[in-house]
This record gives sequence, structure tokens and C-alpha cells, in this order.
Amino acid sequence: MTALPDRVDKKLGLVIDLDTCVGCHACVVACKGWNDQGYGAPLSDQDPCGAAPSGTFLNRVHSYEITPPDAPAQIVHFPKSCLHCDNAPCVTVCPTGASYKRREDGIVLVNESACIGCGLCAWACPYGAREMDADAGVMKKCTLCVDRIYNETLPEEDRQPACVRTCPAGARHFGDLSDPASDVSQLVAARGGLDLMPEMGTKPVNAYLPPRPKTDAAPEFDVLAPFLEPVAEDAGGFLGWLDRTLSKMPG
Amino acid sequence: MHPAPSLILFTTLSGLGFGLLAFLCLGLPDARGLTAVLWFGAGFALAGGGLLASTTHLGNPQRAWRAFTQWQTSWLSREAWLSVIALAAAGGVALGRVFFDLPMTGLGTVAAGLALATVASTAMIYAQLKTVPRWNHWTTPALFLSMALAGGALLAGQMTVAPVLLLLAGAVQLLAWRTGDGRFAARGHGLTSATRLEGGKVRSFAPPHTGSNYLLREMVHQVGRRHARKLRSLALIFGFLAPALLCLTAHPLALALAVLSHAGGAMAGRWLFFAEAEHVVGLYYGYHEAGAR
Repeated sequence: MTALPDRVDKKLGLVIDLDTCVGCHACVVACKGWNDQGYGAPLSDQDPCGAAPSGTFLNRVHSYEITPPDAPAQIVHFPKSCLHCDNAPCVTVCPTGASYKRREDGIVLVNESACIGCGLCAWACPYGAREMDADAGVMKKCTLCVDRIYNETLPEEDRQPACVRTCPAGARHFGDLSDPASDVSQLVAARGGLDLMPEMGTKPVNAYLPPRPKTDAAPEFDVLAPFLEPVAEDAGGFLGWLDRTLSKMPG
Repeated sequence: MHPAPSLILFTTLSGLGFGLLAFLCLGLPDARGLTAVLWFGAGFALAGGGLLASTTHLGNPQRAWRAFTQWQTSWLSREAWLSVIALAAAGGVALGRVFFDLPMTGLGTVAAGLALATVASTAMIYAQLKTVPRWNHWTTPALFLSMALAGGALLAGQMTVAPVLLLLAGAVQLLAWRTGDGRFAARGHGLTSATRLEGGKVRSFAPPHTGSNYLLREMVHQVGRRHARKLRSLALIFGFLAPALLCLTAHPLALALAVLSHAGGAMAGRWLFFAEAEHVVGLYYGYHEAGAR
């Protein structure tokens, strides 16, 4: 089972638009919410209301700052979940066959009833996409909401991953990246979609659309500045006398 | 990487145990009868104890038998098979030596090879990980094998070959540190390759959550790095140089001291093996970037 399939019929995955993401973390909440109630062990939290809260998440949003040499710094919000790699190193290291990549759609999954919780797959993943659940002792990862996307009891518009369905900015897109005619493939082609850590040779399916260059960035400008100009310092007449007199007073 | 005590104990003890079993199976020393019980007993206790220690870091150890299923692709599964086969073969050698006063040369040679193959497969679990550049190199199996041979020779009382093997293992350890230090940067891993963000200097502005998480605890170990240089010196002195010198005295008490010194130095070295290993996922959290924390 832990051999990778020699080919996949589809490459289902996500395209994440870093230009559009506003960093609201709604995808994080939707992911945790959906994956707490159906497929596999729920994503547990430890000390959730205490001093050192910690928990299992399948999707986390980082924030990075880019400082160009000649323009103001820019913040980029960066959601990260399993990239469902073509050449998934997490699958082949698994000693039990719990980790596998599906031939029919390329989704990488964990059979939790066969997982011994050794953690080697998490070590093999460069992206930090796998997290061991501290309660269940099994490895958790993004399932691409496999229990939503084929679920005919859901209305059709809900048959997509929870993170995509909930994203208020439309920064997340779901589709078949092996089909050059699909919306996601065309988006990748039009916007120059990128692989994360290509030097690892993992060939991720998920792609990231880089932020568009900020060509219209105005120079730094303070709206209050005109109102804070120093008042005249060489005042004469009555005001000048008052200023001099008040300055001489002690205190 | 998090230096889990279970993994440090497992890799050092099983390395010593399989090293000792390799020498015993080759007939060095060619113990028979009750003496063989003691020798082989020590080897099995170390190797088996190490393997048991390794199961304590599993989330669901009751399913550990499943680790025997994926030997075609997984080094961890291969290690499981090799360790069981090597222990069984060494057990056969021990039976012949203890009860039948037989030399068991043929099976002994095979068992010695299997014991060393087990150590090599343990090393390959680490060496295969591209995500940890410090480990992803031939020096990792070289280090594990030379340590097992040196420790095995020392435990087996091979006073002529042990000092040579100890110094050789020390040299391999030094080489592993020297070549490992710059490998992360040399392979081009950085926040730019991790995020593919361009157009200026990129830095981590805010982590996903204010609290810690599994990834940080498991793979972004930071504590104690500042003592790494001192620990390296101590590991070299106590792990290799001191036992090599003590071997030359050939005094029984010195030999016992040499074994203790080597085991302590080896554990310090193995702690560093984990604690100093940088996983690329740390980049996403602002660690390991050249010039960063």
C-alpha cells in the first residue's frame, strides 16, 4: 500500500491565491469544524482555555512580510495544508501501509486504524502538513474533505473542501490539476502558479498564486501631517509679548 | 529535531547490542557453555531492550506488528524484519554454542552480517529524509555502523581491534559534524524556496497560532544548541578517545570504565544527532534561515 501508484486518474487539489487571501483564518476554523465531526479521530485540543493551548490543525495560516528595497513592506497571508504531492515522501516511509495515495484522484490519506503513530511520515514531509493527534496517537492530515466532495447527501455547491467553501475572499480554489482545461489549471497557467520547495522533488499538486506586484503603491503619506506643521515661531505684537512673558514665568 | 529519550536509548543500546552480537557470532570471543549464556544474554538484553524502548514513542504500540508489512518501500519496516531475523539467527548461534559446544561458524557469519544490516537499516530511516539535510548523507549510516562496530568490539573485549575501531568511529563522527554543519544552506533551502515569495526580503511576520504545536515541538528543537560545541568535545573525549586509551592498559577495571565512558559519550553524541538536526519545516516558522534565529 505504501508504494505510490504508478499513475493517477486525477490530481485533485487546491490553488491558493496569495494575492487575494486576507488572513482571516476562516478556512482554519471551517477545516477544524468539519473534521471534528465525521472522518476519523476528531482534531483534539490540549489545554484549550489554559495558559499553553495547543491542538491539531490540518490547515494553518502563516503571515510573511516582504520588504522591497524601494517600497513599503507588504504582508502576505499564507495558508498551508497538505499539498497531495505526486511524489509524496510521507507515503513511502510508512511502515504499516496506513499512509497511501489514491489512484483514482491522487488524494493522500491515512488509514487511522492501521497507523501506529510513529511520526516518521511527519518527519518526511517538508511542509509540516501532518500532525500527530495527541489524544488519538494517530497521524492527522488534510483529506481534501474526501467526505464532502463525493457526498451526494450534500447540496452540490457544498461538495468541495470546507476551507474552499467558506473562504470569504475567494482565495481558495478546488479542482482537477491534471486536466489542463479545468478552472484551477487555467488559473495556475494565467497567474504563474508555483510549487513550494521545488528542490525537494515532491512535485506538489497544490499550487500557490504569487501576490501581484504592487505597481500603484503610493509613497508613504501621513494624512495628519499638514495639521501638525509647527506654528509661526517669530510671532510679534500682543501674541509675541504673551509668548515671551509666559516663557519667563517659572514652572 | 526533538531528542526523544526513547529514540536516543533505542539507537545507542540497540547499536551496542547488535555490535556485540556481531562479534560474538563471529566467535570473537568464542564463548561456550555458561560463559556464552552471559555474553549472548548481554547482547540480547541490549538489542532487545533498545527495540522495546523504541516502541514507547509510538502513539498506538498495540498495532506495532503492522510495521512488518511494508518492507518493500519503508526502511522502518525493513528494520523491523532485519532485527527479528538477526536476533533469531544470533539465537541459533547462541543455542549451538551454549548447549552443543559447536562453533556455528556458518550461521555465525550470516548472523553477524544480519546484525550489522539491522544497524544500517536503522541509520537509513534517518539518512533517507531529505527534509533533514544534516542526516540525508552517507555519513549517517557510516556513523551508525562504525559506532556499532567500535562499541561491539569494546563490549566483546577485543582489546587489539577496539582502540582502532573507536578512533575510526571518532573520525567518522568528526566528519559527520564537519560536513553536516553547512549542508542545510548549501542545498538552497530557505524561506524564499519555502514560500516562493519574491520582490524583497522575506521574513516570518506572525506564526499561525500564538501557542506551540506538534510541528514545533517535534521538529524545531531549539533548546541547548549553545552548549553543542562543548557537548561535541565531551562526546569525542568520553565516547572515543578515553575508551581507546583505557583499552591500551588492558586492565579489567579499565575495560569496565572504557565501556561506561563509551556508552555515555555515545549517548551525548546521539543527543546531538537529534538536537542539532534542522528540519526544513522550521523555515515556515522563521527558523534556520541564514542569519535568522
